[in-house]
Amino acid sequence: MDKANNGVHIQELAPEHFHDQSKAALADPQLRQNFRGAMDYLKDKRKTAFSDPAEEKRIRDLSEAIRQRSLSKLPDLLEQLESNCIKNGIQVHWAETTEQANSIIAGIAGQHNAKNIIKGKSMVSEEIELNHEMEKLGIECLESDMGEYIVQLDGDKPSHIIMPAIHKNKQEVSDTFEKHLDDFTPTIDVDQLIKTGRTRLRKKFHDADIGLSGVNFAVAETGTLCLVENEGNGRMCTTVPNVHIAITGIEKVVEFLSDVPPLYSALTRSATGQAITTYFNMISSPRRAGELDGPEEVHLVLLDNGRSQAFADEEMRQTLQCIRCGACMNHCPVYTRIGGHAYGTTYPGPIGQIISPHMMGLDDTKDLVTASSLCGACGEVCPVNIPIPEMLQRLRQEAKNPPKNNSPAIKGQAAAASKIELLAMKGFAFAASHPSLYHLGSWSATKMRSFMPSNIGAWTQCRTAPKPAGKTLHQLIKARKQGQKS
Amino acid sequence: MSSVRNAILSRLRDAKPEAKTMEDITYQPWVSTDEKLITARFIKGLSASHAEVISTGHQDLSKLIEKVAVDKELQRIVLGTSGEFHEQIVQASKSLKTDFFDCDIKDWKSTLFNDVDAGITHCLAGIADTGTLVLWPDIAEPRTLSLVPPCHIALVKRSTIVSNFAELMEMQAWQNNMPTNIVLISGPSKTADIQQTLAYGAHGPSQLVVILIEDL
Repeated sequence: MDKANNGVHIQELAPEHFHDQSKAALADPQLRQNFRGAMDYLKDKRKTAFSDPAEEKRIRDLSEAIRQRSLSKLPDLLEQLESNCIKNGIQVHWAETTEQANSIIAGIAGQHNAKNIIKGKSMVSEEIELNHEMEKLGIECLESDMGEYIVQLDGDKPSHIIMPAIHKNKQEVSDTFEKHLDDFTPTIDVDQLIKTGRTRLRKKFHDADIGLSGVNFAVAETGTLCLVENEGNGRMCTTVPNVHIAITGIEKVVEFLSDVPPLYSALTRSATGQAITTYFNMISSPRRAGELDGPEEVHLVLLDNGRSQAFADEEMRQTLQCIRCGACMNHCPVYTRIGGHAYGTTYPGPIGQIISPHMMGLDDTKDLVTASSLCGACGEVCPVNIPIPEMLQRLRQEAKNPPKNNSPAIKGQAAAASKIELLAMKGFAFAASHPSLYHLGSWSATKMRSFMPSNIGAWTQCRTAPKPAGKTLHQLIKARKQGQKS
Repeated sequence: MSSVRNAILSRLRDAKPEAKTMEDITYQPWVSTDEKLITARFIKGLSASHAEVISTGHQDLSKLIEKVAVDKELQRIVLGTSGEFHEQIVQASKSLKTDFFDCDIKDWKSTLFNDVDAGITHCLAGIADTGTLVLWPDIAEPRTLSLVPPCHIALVKRSTIVSNFAELMEMQAWQNNMPTNIVLISGPSKTADIQQTLAYGAHGPSQLVVILIEDL
């Protein structure tokens, strides 16, 4: 079994172990160097792509408005998308859970007696752990995005939603190829490494029974699935095999075709600083009569998996505006230092911290929402203006307290509530509103100051222990006033 | 599965979202009416994405394609079955081994994947803003023609180049008549997935030659 994050086994990576995972990542200098380099590169690219601040503001405001408008009509737009897809010949499937999504895909594979699925990049397929689930049924899923391919060879998971193998440098990629590919001559020449991937995967595109992809935008007005990519593997997966399955979250719908150009521009510039990607692939139907290539069948799987929970609350609904550009993680000081695996979730970084609680519940993800300095960088670069820091604070509240104002409980509500903490807070509130008790308490603290232990757990791991002052603030002010009088 | 569908939809409806009206935000992507500026931006964008752009008049199109074939050392080339410049393309390909994409891909998939050096297509339009080709593959020029061979030669007419993507979509009212597939192409296939180092020829064509036909 391969290792990730300095000895933490990938199979054990989970948000519940966030603290241990981030400690391990922080202690891995190579990993830190790889992320630092990649994040600096991506931040710089984005900055260049938005060289005019006024233009940047306009396109972000417009993108936000388009996503909010589309979400405000989500149930209707989903129905419209479904009916237009069906009219175009695309079969539409609905899944509330990851299990349902997997069983839909397994069912389609079964109908075609398919043994091989070739995959374009899809984070939703990671979310449902498709590869793992299909393997159990004897169906091979092969990743064809170069980064995903490398990650899959290692038995790893993506550490970034746009650049899945960002945690590796070229030497490490060569090592991976050497370990898993026959007749590979080690090299750190990136062109050679890519050529290796291209050659090995060509045959797979040729032979695959089914191609699977994600969706960047699903257009309700026309029943069109839009895919953004640079490599051409997305086009291959959606064109060469006889069956194409697209899987996406229910939030990816936009109302009009004309909503697409600004969102596409905001997406590519925020993600990689590109004015446009090499390919923009718009699929509206399976192969029509007389056409000589393209899949005979196209399926669309719409996945909920907690999204409707985020939708239920107007504030948290903003989470669903996300167009998955990854800019928030590129600019996050926490992500830059610990990398993507430490989060233990499909979606790492700031967007992962606010979407994962809806997918997995706050019981598993309660530590993630605390992993932020609330510096605000994520919100400042978000192309659809999601107020990520506010969402994080809201989720911290939800993790500690029962639901407020009769709003429905979210999954894992109050999972981080602590009786001791609650008692301490109540005690403090009582003392703070009873002056004589408060003064007695602060006076005793000044008297006991030399008994303060030097080791007080987590606080003193990287800080010195605090020591109460010799005199309280009240005493000092009193003394000063007396001095002024005399 | 309709119960799953209804459960999801009713949960969403329970949230009683208030439908927002069309936003009042003006956003103008790059636009120009100056033919020279449009052409210059189109060529600059494509060239920056590592495509090779060659301008030509109608008359010498065949010779030019022939020259590209010699320069790129193309042996075997795949063509569509019709189109505005089909005859010139056929003329140009006479000295090469030529396949016409006239049967189902499954009948000659291995040849297409392994033996063909280049595919030639027309384009529906060009987009100056980002240096982009717009293809509407159809029966005459299938989707894989511009995808599977390692070199893609694309013919685009100067008169079809517009300022930006939004304008093209609106002008041609795409929403009323979407074809099976539309693809926007801005350069040869590429990736930066290994240590942010740009490499060309990931899975699609590693070479993109754009022949810009000056028809204005």
